[in-house]
Amino acid sequence: MTNPATFDAAVAAALADEPLQRALADVPAGFVAGRRRARAELPGFERLRRTARDVRDHTLAHLDLYLEAFEANATGAGSKVHWASNGEDARRIILDICHNANARIVTKSKSMVSEEIELRGHLENASLDVVETDLGEYLVQIRNERPSHIIAPAIHLRVSDVADAFRVQHPHLPADRDLATPEAMIAEAREVLREKFLTADVGITGANFLVAETGSAIVVTNEGNADLTMSLPKVHIVLTSIDKVVPTFADAWPLLRLLARSATGQALSAYTTIVTGPRRQDDGEGPEACHIVILDNGRTELLASDLRPVLRCIRCGACMNHCPVYCSIGGHAYGSVYPGPIGAVLSPALAGPGATAHLAEASTFCGRCEEVCPVEIPLVSMLRKWRGRDFSRLSADQASRRRRALLRAWAFLAARPRAYRITARLCARVLAALGGSRGRLRRAPFASAWTRYRDLPAPQGRTFQELWARREQLDRTDQP
Amino acid sequence: MSREHILARVREALSVHGKDRTRHRAVAERLAQPPHHPSGADATPMSPDRLAARFKVQLQRVGADLVEVAREDDIPSAIANYLVARGLPLCLRRGSTGPLTSLPWQAAPALTVDTGSAMAGDAVGLSHAVAGVAETGTLVLASGPESPVTLAFLPETHIVVLSAGAIVSRYEEALEIVLVSCGGRLPRTVNLVTGASRTGDIGAKIVMGAHGPRRLAVVIYGTDTASVGAR
Repeated sequence: MTNPATFDAAVAAALADEPLQRALADVPAGFVAGRRRARAELPGFERLRRTARDVRDHTLAHLDLYLEAFEANATGAGSKVHWASNGEDARRIILDICHNANARIVTKSKSMVSEEIELRGHLENASLDVVETDLGEYLVQIRNERPSHIIAPAIHLRVSDVADAFRVQHPHLPADRDLATPEAMIAEAREVLREKFLTADVGITGANFLVAETGSAIVVTNEGNADLTMSLPKVHIVLTSIDKVVPTFADAWPLLRLLARSATGQALSAYTTIVTGPRRQDDGEGPEACHIVILDNGRTELLASDLRPVLRCIRCGACMNHCPVYCSIGGHAYGSVYPGPIGAVLSPALAGPGATAHLAEASTFCGRCEEVCPVEIPLVSMLRKWRGRDFSRLSADQASRRRRALLRAWAFLAARPRAYRITARLCARVLAALGGSRGRLRRAPFASAWTRYRDLPAPQGRTFQELWARREQLDRTDQP
Repeated sequence: MSREHILARVREALSVHGKDRTRHRAVAERLAQPPHHPSGADATPMSPDRLAARFKVQLQRVGADLVEVAREDDIPSAIANYLVARGLPLCLRRGSTGPLTSLPWQAAPALTVDTGSAMAGDAVGLSHAVAGVAETGTLVLASGPESPVTLAFLPETHIVVLSAGAIVSRYEEALEIVLVSCGGRLPRTVNLVTGASRTGDIGAKIVMGAHGPRRLAVVIYGTDTASVGAR
């Protein structure tokens, strides 16, 4: 959790961190290109987004009943459903299950809900050997970090960072082994983690969706680690939250058609698994027990508020991949479990009001996040709501006084069209002259925080209103 | 109790009470008659050979190998040839569903064939897919006593046998086939497999074989009959 001062410091550190900047230059751009390709290949993509939004809204409007239906059908399939109001409840439930199973080794696949409740640390404190099996999560685990992206947790690391971490973490392997390539490191991780998969007593997965009609969980991965996690140990725990439920499979498919396309640009991730209960009577393998832990942790408050649409989120990460702020500072600077635009909206609600509402400042309000969101969450207006709440909470300290003065000046101009036009025209002309032939400003008055890191593109000399008026005029003369 | 507490909070948030009959009816109807949502793709029905062609294109895009045989009886020798061509061990472990058991394994005498759940040292796992989904080149596997799911994840090579006649257009149809084949009740796992295991977590480079198989091969049989049927 951060406060405004530590957030500002974290942002400055991230901007000065050259390796991080190099990592951020490539990866989100790859996801962006992948999504664009996937969208172009599916003619009904935009219609699918509206369908997905409607499925989520319908479910949220009947959430109590779908949760009850899910519970009844999951119980009928042999699962045990547990309800947790907060992180403490969920951790206690899971720890009890581990103790009852006499567990020593616990494998985990990626679950943002588990990050939210800091599950791994609590299980480790109870002397359990907990291993993250998603490769990215394993990397942040052995480096004692948090994920910096919700689908690519180790997006901030370079190949050499991973090699260094492996040499420390795997001291039983020859010190002079070759770890120059991702292939070599992935082969090593495969060996090390395979041992854990085969000896684990309890496997914990998340769930991308819960299906009320059958009491099933749907779990999506590219590595297949969730499948080994849920099929080899004698106990399977699904840790998830109340917003993950959908009514039927018919409702799940549109969401699955959007999920990977929005996330990585794949049409479907390599492994999409529908899991319904523990092993069946004649099955020769699979866990003897399946527990499903459903967490609230602030979500019912969101449901009651005007921020309800944020609960539509399917955790694809598209909003952060397309966010100019996320792509400049990375995930860690946010200091919250969920980074990027969705994190700035969701985290304050989960952490309690006030604590991280300032994250809404980490937006240019450009709206790309909203354009690419597969479930059409109005992220910009929600960020604006948090900004408003955060602002009205502020005391009249120095920064706030300056902000208030600027906002008052803006309000004055915005309410007086003539004054606005004159001022805008004056500013555009002056900045254009200052920009000269380069069209860019190295320094700008009142904007040194901006120009310290990049040039300010100078206006071309005409205001938007002037250009618009001219365009209208041209359109009129074009007409016969 | 957390359960009652959470449900009460949800109802409070939605300003409803638990006994509202209209809401109960809306939910019961949705569950009894699931909606037909668009798939985003062209909804015109495709002929079996166009479905198979689309499936194969998608399969190749996700990097899976394709082996086509005209008749079921050709499968064992085709698998042996595939393993030899790739320099892989000539031993596999398979499920024992009807289609895999009835194959003439003696036609490939060099191939060692075991059955049952995958073991740590197994090099090749062989599964039978209940269906293939043309929209994404996805294989649909159903777990059960005769089709251990571990065969799809522990060995380095996963081979899946699929009848050309079981290729359908959309996930919705594939799940129907699963339900029919399992007597109306979902098995413990239904696995939608679209390519082999992969990760992009180190240096943003896609590397195959993260935890599951490094390679996926699909043996499609009966393509001849499928195209005959279409004409």
